[in-house]
Amino acid sequence: MRKTKEPISRKTKKSKSYGGLCLTCRWTATCTFPRDPEKPVLQCEEFEGDDFKPETASKIVEKHIGEQGELISILEEIQAKYGYLPQSALQLVAEKTGRSLVDIYGVATFYSSFSLKPRGRHLCSVCMGTACHVRGAPQVTEEFERQLKINREDTTPDKEFTLTTVNCLGACALGPTVVVDGHYFPNVNTTKVSDIIKKTQDGLDKIELHTDARVFPINVSCPRCNHSMMDATYLIDGYPSIRATMSFENNHGWIRLSSLYGSFKIESEYKIPMGAVVNFFCPHCHAELLGSSNCPECGTKMVPMIVRNGGMMQICSRRGCTGHRLDLNGVNL
Amino acid sequence: MINMKINGLPVSVEEGTTLLEAAKFLGFPIPTLCFMEGLLPYGACRLCVVEIGDGPKAKLVSSCTYLAEQGLNVRTASSRVVKARKMIIELLLATCPQSKVIQDLASAQGVHQQRFRQEHDDCILCGLCVRMCEQQMMAKAIGFQGRGEKRSLGTPFNIKSEVCRLCGGCIYVCPACQLRCTYNQVENAVCNGCANLTPPCLEKEKFDDMMCYMEPCVACEIKNDKK
Ligand code: SF4
Ligand code: FES
Ligand code: FES
Repeated sequence: MRKTKEPISRKTKKSKSYGGLCLTCRWTATCTFPRDPEKPVLQCEEFEGDDFKPETASKIVEKHIGEQGELISILEEIQAKYGYLPQSALQLVAEKTGRSLVDIYGVATFYSSFSLKPRGRHLCSVCMGTACHVRGAPQVTEEFERQLKINREDTTPDKEFTLTTVNCLGACALGPTVVVDGHYFPNVNTTKVSDIIKKTQDGLDKIELHTDARVFPINVSCPRCNHSMMDATYLIDGYPSIRATMSFENNHGWIRLSSLYGSFKIESEYKIPMGAVVNFFCPHCHAELLGSSNCPECGTKMVPMIVRNGGMMQICSRRGCTGHRLDLNGVNL
Repeated sequence: MINMKINGLPVSVEEGTTLLEAAKFLGFPIPTLCFMEGLLPYGACRLCVVEIGDGPKAKLVSSCTYLAEQGLNVRTASSRVVKARKMIIELLLATCPQSKVIQDLASAQGVHQQRFRQEHDDCILCGLCVRMCEQQMMAKAIGFQGRGEKRSLGTPFNIKSEVCRLCGGCIYVCPACQLRCTYNQVENAVCNGCANLTPPCLEKEKFDDMMCYMEPCVACEIKNDKK
């Protein structure tokens, strides 16, 4: 029999790795609260705790009611808020939307992105698709189970890790693949497992989303034709800009946006008056970039773009509005 | 009126008639499982397959959900249909061998054996109970949950539903003939009635104060005898 490894201690690194941010909050790793390592924050204004609050959920429901596909949007937002769908939340949604609980429960259990059980701070998905399976994914899963001391689809008692298995992540050539909080780990074998767990505890996002001011360049492409929208010949903020075609009123011309996440600099052929809503088009396939969601700040339609390494960025189409949403495969910034 | 042919016989039916109804009108038997009068057709079991179209374009469709079309040429018992039907029965037998309804269907179609790994599930996901609950009982207490392999049937969160009136309709229509209630825990029960041969109330006192739609049944008599 194999010697059991020491369980990995999860306590030690914590205070260091979260750079002075609330240790209680599940979004620490991606928090926008100004960081000051000298003065640790205990709770920011956003922090609500993991407890379900009917008022918050009602607000979410009211925001989406009447929309096309309202149910999914509502459930998604509740899931994002609490990390899972609390039973009382589903009951509230049923009441408010006038749908039956059975239907809502059916939808919630159908999609694997919804969870009815609380999830941990880090979501670790091991691919068990065919390609990964034959290359040893089952052993990797077992190793994770052993080291985290939980079964698959379970969460550690300290609410740090949730272990799930998925069927194909579309990265079969890299298999066995493991995704932790949107970060892909290729060619995983049993010896790499402890490494992955450790890296996750040290804060994955710190490594890649490097600066604290949260300004980092992103690389986007058209959601329709997937051609890159980056323009290396035209720099804004010292980085290649995002090129698109825009039109508003009777003007039709190019627009270039800063690719720095956190910078809202734009340059365009025609001057866009503040408050004007601009239509964006892909410079390659000329499809209109029109998202399904509305700006969280002003309610205007958002413009979607695909982020190169997986994920989605949406920006508000109203000039002057800084509403945006960046979703790097589950990490919602 | 729509004119079409079933097994070579011309028939004209009203628009909106399903192939199953048209065939029934002419007297051609088509075995069904998930179809029930009074409930909307659902097309889950595929047992009612018939062949339509000609030559290379011929295809199998479920007659309970397919609406009659002008000039359609329907075969209800071609060799392809019979083969498909037998296969479906074999698969049903592999899932739910204990069901009387499925056994009857099998023997009527001359299937005496199945060649797949034998399982003993208590549900074939025909959706009869869900439709019964929703469309006849107006309750919507039970429904499908999960997906794929994990698709199953039950109340939300698998706890006793507030809208369930314990009517027993789901058990009445279930071809797999298994209790839809998880009868060993009184708080999980969808319905406390039992069409099974092991009534829970015999061993569990907690069931005494629950409404039973079968009263008095064998269990009551056994209980009385014991007293
Ligand atoms: S419980 Fe019975 S009626 Fe309901 S779906 Fe399953 S087999 Fe059909
Ligand atoms: S099988 Fe694992 S990524 Fe496709
Ligand atoms: S009776 Fe038509 S599909 Fe079941």
